[in-house]
Amino acid sequence: MAKLVVHQEKISDLQELLKICPFGAMEEKGGKIEINAACKMCQLCVKKGPKGAVEYVADEVQAIDKSQWQGVAVYVDHVAGVIHPVTYELLGKAKELAAKINQPVYAVFMGKSIAAGSHELLHYGADKVYVYDDPALEYFKIEAYTAVFENFIDKVKPAAILVGATTVGRQLAPRTAARFRTGLTADCTVLDMRENTDLVQIRPAFGGNIMAQILTPNTRPQMATVRYKVMQAPKRQAEETGEIVSCAIEPEKLQCRVEVLSVVPKEKEKTIDSAEVLVVAGRGVKKAEDLAMVQELADLLGGQVASTRPIVEAGWLDAKHQVGLSGRTVRPKLVITCGVSGAVQFVAGMNHSDVIISINKDPKATIFQVANYGLVGDIYEIVPKMIEKIKAAKGVSA
Amino acid sequence: MDILVCIKQVPGTNEVKIDPVTGVLNRNGVDSKMNPYDLYALETALRLKEKHGGKVSVISMGPPQAQAIIREAYAMGADEGALVSDRKFGGADVLATSYTLSQGIKKFGKFDLILCGKQTTDGDTAQVGPEIAEYLNIPSVCNVSKFTEVMTDSVSVAMDMPHDVEIVQVQFPCLLTVEKDIFQPRLPSYIKKTATKEQTVQMYCLQDFDDKDEKKYGLSGSPTQVQRIFPPTSDKKRELWVESGTVLADKMFEKISELKFIQ
Repeated sequence: MAKLVVHQEKISDLQELLKICPFGAMEEKGGKIEINAACKMCQLCVKKGPKGAVEYVADEVQAIDKSQWQGVAVYVDHVAGVIHPVTYELLGKAKELAAKINQPVYAVFMGKSIAAGSHELLHYGADKVYVYDDPALEYFKIEAYTAVFENFIDKVKPAAILVGATTVGRQLAPRTAARFRTGLTADCTVLDMRENTDLVQIRPAFGGNIMAQILTPNTRPQMATVRYKVMQAPKRQAEETGEIVSCAIEPEKLQCRVEVLSVVPKEKEKTIDSAEVLVVAGRGVKKAEDLAMVQELADLLGGQVASTRPIVEAGWLDAKHQVGLSGRTVRPKLVITCGVSGAVQFVAGMNHSDVIISINKDPKATIFQVANYGLVGDIYEIVPKMIEKIKAAKGVSA
Repeated sequence: MDILVCIKQVPGTNEVKIDPVTGVLNRNGVDSKMNPYDLYALETALRLKEKHGGKVSVISMGPPQAQAIIREAYAMGADEGALVSDRKFGGADVLATSYTLSQGIKKFGKFDLILCGKQTTDGDTAQVGPEIAEYLNIPSVCNVSKFTEVMTDSVSVAMDMPHDVEIVQVQFPCLLTVEKDIFQPRLPSYIKKTATKEQTVQMYCLQDFDDKDEKKYGLSGSPTQVQRIFPPTSDKKRELWVESGTVLADKMFEKISELKFIQ
């Protein structure tokens, strides 16, 4: 197994080496360096430490035959046959990736009475749509859906699979990945394809201001989830291309230890995902009552109020207003951030917005790196003035 | 009912930066805490025990220091705790972590119900729960927002979907990941903390597992590899306006009008 070996004799300054480890995984014991279980094998000590002091001993890996795995597949996310738009975004991406290696695009669609709807996918560039239409697949049940996914992968052997990071996708993708003992990268923001069919996956990592480029170099299929509104949806083509492949699976494989007793529709409420204008409250908002001005500005612009994580954690707004990696990903036409510093988890959830206007007192705030128009100023001064001006303008025009 | 809660120690802050010159990862502060989402899972377990009886155990994977969060769980009311810890687990990705935890769980005991938080605050993947369930060959339900019924061999729970709520019945043993706010987590109790001071934490390393194949753990058992890390860049055009509040409000109003958002 891959490991780090410490060559004590090559270390001149123990303390310097200890400092290099960002995880505190190096300890000094009796004048010797030891690596403990906090080690994440990032190998910074190998690269940044005294030459030869820490050695990385790699595994001998038996390389797999990647030519056995062909094509880019997309999981068709749907509820009761209504296809989630993230599916089309992923088909667009899959087509782009597959073109680079000259391989086909597949879609896998599982559910009940979905055969008719499956044709829609042929307008978005899928070369083959594998349809598993079975009454037992009426509701999403993890065991049955994973069994179908397994059947599809065994049959088609795709090089890569893209899954929407929806409620269903976030359960189904990991279970399937574990079954194939393969890699799954969550919430990718950038995807690319190498000639050798390795999928380059980029996602925000360490929950901090860092992006990580991740590969799944020696297992197949490579799996990635992508959030809704991260990729661009392709234009619907008037003509159908490609073909539908009807598939079936043995009924016993669809047996589950989960049973859906009832489905209760949620009250329809306006969600921040669908808003064209969002006004976002950040930590610069000092009191819960001050959200009123943010709300007023949003109302005047026909938009909705959203927030960063601290506002939700403070209990000032419900979690469904939260933008970011642990909240919603939004892509409105206009977003105005008020007192938002711009942590990467937040930015990842909104940086595809058409226009970003940000107000923050700190000229060095990271939000200004993504803002199209950055206003270095006080929200308590600017927002009330904006409200006044819009009201006046509306009053004049009314 | 025997309940196991999977918990993780995460950095107390998300302030992580890369030194642009050396490319070295700076982790400011070594403070760590229990993953906040796990508190909801633990609270859920404690409430189920209070109502229906049974035992609440917790398990974690991490360096020996992670015992701190197991002690915290004791102070909240957990009965038993185990820590899976071995240098050989270093560099584990989601898959290797899930497999390691599933091996630890098999060693630790038999459970009717395994609860996880919806995700962690450092990895943010929400994948470990479903993968553990696969390795234990048990059904799983994610996004659980409510328990509707608890029976001797199963539970009925509400699974929060985007447009509706599905009430599903799951047979034991099973794994559930719970939503934030399912219950308000209690604070650790000082009395319990003192009372459990001497209580041990069960430690497991690779040699304790049924599957001792080193290739399945740590970096070797991880199909995903981080090739490089880099600060996020932005290629968007941007303007920074440094003016008085009045001028800023004027300019912003003009811009928003120009973009046709004020009609």
